[in-house]
Amino acid sequence: MNVIETHELTLQFGDFTAVNGVSLALQEGEIFGLLGPNGAGKTTMIKMLTTLLPPSGGGAIVAGYDIVSQSAQVRRSTGYVPQLLSADGNMTGYENLLIFAKIFDLPTNVREERIQRLLEMMGLQDAASRMVKTYSGGMIRKLEIAQSVIHRPRVLFLDEPTVGLDPIARASVWEHIKRLRDEFNTTILLTTHYMDEADGLCQRIAIMHQGQLAAIGSPQELKASVNGGAADLNAVFSHFAGAALEATPGSYLETSRTRINARRVG
Amino acid sequence: MTDIVNPQNAPAAWLRPIEAIVFFIRKTLNIAEMEMRKLRHEPLDLLTRAAQPVLWILIFGQVLAGVRAIPTGEFGYIEFMAPGILAQSMLFISIFYGISIIWERDLGIIHKFLAGPAPRAALVLGKGLSAGVRGISQTFIIYPLAYVMGVKLDFNIFALLGTLFTVLMGAVLFSTFSLLVAIKVKTRERFMGIGQFMTMPLFFASNAIYPIEIMPGWLQAISRFNPLTYVVDALRTFMLDGGQSHFGLGTDFAVLILVAALFVWAAGRAYPSFVN
Ligand SMILES: Nc1ncnc2c1ncn2[C@@H]1O[C@H](COP(=O)(O)OP(=O)(O)O)[C@@H](O)[C@H]1O
Ligand SMILES: [Mg+2]
Repeated sequence: MNVIETHELTLQFGDFTAVNGVSLALQEGEIFGLLGPNGAGKTTMIKMLTTLLPPSGGGAIVAGYDIVSQSAQVRRSTGYVPQLLSADGNMTGYENLLIFAKIFDLPTNVREERIQRLLEMMGLQDAASRMVKTYSGGMIRKLEIAQSVIHRPRVLFLDEPTVGLDPIARASVWEHIKRLRDEFNTTILLTTHYMDEADGLCQRIAIMHQGQLAAIGSPQELKASVNGGAADLNAVFSHFAGAALEATPGSYLETSRTRINARRVG
Repeated sequence: MTDIVNPQNAPAAWLRPIEAIVFFIRKTLNIAEMEMRKLRHEPLDLLTRAAQPVLWILIFGQVLAGVRAIPTGEFGYIEFMAPGILAQSMLFISIFYGISIIWERDLGIIHKFLAGPAPRAALVLGKGLSAGVRGISQTFIIYPLAYVMGVKLDFNIFALLGTLFTVLMGAVLFSTFSLLVAIKVKTRERFMGIGQFMTMPLFFASNAIYPIEIMPGWLQAISRFNPLTYVVDALRTFMLDGGQSHFGLGTDFAVLILVAALFVWAAGRAYPSFVN
């Protein structure tokens, strides 16, 4: 069953087309990676699917609801971890979870139990009563992921979940993403510009380039589809996008944001 | 607001608006609770805000009371200005409140709330209520100070509640206005510039530290369009023993509630554009 289905999804900023006619379908329980350089349109895709941005063309069904006409239902059935930092540094980890439990209307009797379970799952019990501004980047990411699944959403959107993290923290975030899928059968759409992340974590990936999907398939399929077979996804990427990943720089603002974020998280 | 109702367990049609309102209030209180929790972690924030009104009353108030330059009718000058300074203190706290959401937007916190189920206007009003609590904290500094300076305060319970409610309404009004400005200007630098530019005219084109009657005609006209004037009028009525409303409390509250509702609605509508 398809949990996300987009049809010719398009978004224009003025006369610049950030997302250009993207059609794709995600199955229940799948971890799907949207791979592409800065500026490819990944965040814009996610903003449309989380109802933050109304599409300028095409449409999408998320968790059974239309992103335009049923946006409130979409917001209730999905979780979202934005690219930027989103936990509140001026509250404790516990309070960050509590407020989201309340906003999503969890009944009082399940609230506490679920918060404790998530804290445990993310390895944050000992830090629960500390202010989040004292957390490390990896801890913040895990708290943000915990926040975003407190209402057990069918679909989870993770925008660059490991940007700016050190290798150990990245591996730990990957583990937790997999556990969410295994335990709750959550469908996860994540974006990344790290090839190894897409390779190790996702069943299927789509390569996004200048607002369009250049290729879609499992990492193995994509590697095999390149003439003679490619050694890694970097080669796949340059094949489909017609350029090496590093050769497509993001905008000045995007670079600045990624770095600021990396500094805060890292 | 119809989109709040879940189609799977849709209630009877006549219940829907009530459910939507209850839902709206609950989400507003969730946001207000969050802001209160943050405030509890930074209690010193409130104390530093107290310095300014104390200086105004002690220095400006005593000097002007001494020269008797301003005709304030049956009240002494300190008595006349004490409610005005409470209003001013509430105004300064509220008008710079918008800076906090620019900060939160730059971090990314706002995005997650906008992708959640709380109505946008509830996100705005919840923050407005927390500005109200910050404003109310100032009454606990200004009442004792005014009392010590010999101001005859009205300690009737209804008068006290009236003061708190007036400060709350004023803070909701000016803080949501501030949020609206923040959403429009988007950057901290521009916001600070505009904030400085807004506070002084709002303060001086009001009845906070002199009666409307002694203003030149054009300023009198402007002051009647200034919501702060109605805050001060209501505060003078509630705070002072024998205080009389100039416009009538009904007018004061009608103006404050209508204008605040307008700002909450407008800021809620503009909120999503803030993250794109
Ligand atoms: N609000 C906006 N106005 C104009 N252009 C934008 C806006 N947001 C993003 N863009 C542009 O759209 C393109 C895609 O951006 P984005 O989706 O953030 O890319 P990614 O997440 O893949 O790095 C970029 O070129 C970016 O500069
Ligand atoms: Mg991005």
